[in-house]
Amino acid sequence: MSSNVSSESVTPGAVASGLRGLVADWSSDQRAFKVSWGKAMMWIFLLSDTFVFSCFLTGYMTVRMATTVPWPNPSEVFGLRIGGHDVPLLLIAIMTFVLITSSGTMAMAVNFAYRRQRRQCALLMLATALLGATFVSMQAFEWTKLIVQEGVRPWGNPMGAAQFGSTFFMITGFHGFHVTCGVIYLLIVATKVLRGRYEVSGNYQIVEIAGLYWHFVDLVWVFIFALFYLW
Amino acid sequence: MASTPTSATPGAAHGPDDAAHTGQQHPISLYLKIWLLLFVLSTLSYMVDYVGFTGYLRWTLILLLMVMKAGLIVAVFMHMAWERMALICAILVPPLCLLILVGLMAEEANYTFLTRGIFFH
Repeated sequence: MSSNVSSESVTPGAVASGLRGLVADWSSDQRAFKVSWGKAMMWIFLLSDTFVFSCFLTGYMTVRMATTVPWPNPSEVFGLRIGGHDVPLLLIAIMTFVLITSSGTMAMAVNFAYRRQRRQCALLMLATALLGATFVSMQAFEWTKLIVQEGVRPWGNPMGAAQFGSTFFMITGFHGFHVTCGVIYLLIVATKVLRGRYEVSGNYQIVEIAGLYWHFVDLVWVFIFALFYLW
Repeated sequence: MASTPTSATPGAAHGPDDAAHTGQQHPISLYLKIWLLLFVLSTLSYMVDYVGFTGYLRWTLILLLMVMKAGLIVAVFMHMAWERMALICAILVPPLCLLILVGLMAEEANYTFLTRGIFFH
């Protein structure tokens, strides 16, 4: 074996094969992703988070398909009564628009970060965080209304299938937790941007990485909105 | 693989080849257009419920609008359209396994439903 290795090191361009080749390909100076490690790791984290949310949504699909009791109509459960009219899903629609708007402001914040206009960048990030906080507040209102007025519990509700409560609180709760973490994350990065922390290195990619997380939160909401609220 | 050290193959991927190194720079107007498009698509998916479509028409529209919105967010807002193929494949291919999970669980759920139907008869 040792003679094998030495002969390889002599001839340039030759690569090891077999198990040794496997180790060589996955170690030393191999580099698969030509982005910064921070960005690559954020993407890999988001991939794992995709699987977490997908498991929740698949579990929701399973219990909804398997129940013999009628599923509560989300259109009516989440409707609001305004001026004597029942408007279906109004609060959820507003929450969707708030989150999409926050994604837009975040995308522009990334743009200003790379132009090194840090004041505009920080302001847009703070606007994003504010919209995120608005979203969480509306969600808190929605939860309160559901628990106090409609009597929905994780183990049952007066409108139909008991699984409605457990899946709703689990999925939207986990998403709301992500939004809350995102707001804190954005506030920290925005503060650092405003203080000129990244002027030293001139590297503003941290804003894009924070943006990736924020857009992911919006992305998950697209799926929850379609599969839980609209279905 | 032996030819890889010769060049980093500039211009092989779509869009600017140095985007991965200097950061993503795109005009603000692009983001505003996508933003507007997402607003329109969200309004349309809300209208599906408001108008009250039911059955396969409803489900098709919901899924179609959902995929379009998700695609726009990933491609433009998350800059996936300008990343290199290695990263795109590493992130977008693994979630396809979930389709198998969804298929298996749908079968399982159907079985449970039918069993309950017999048991609670």
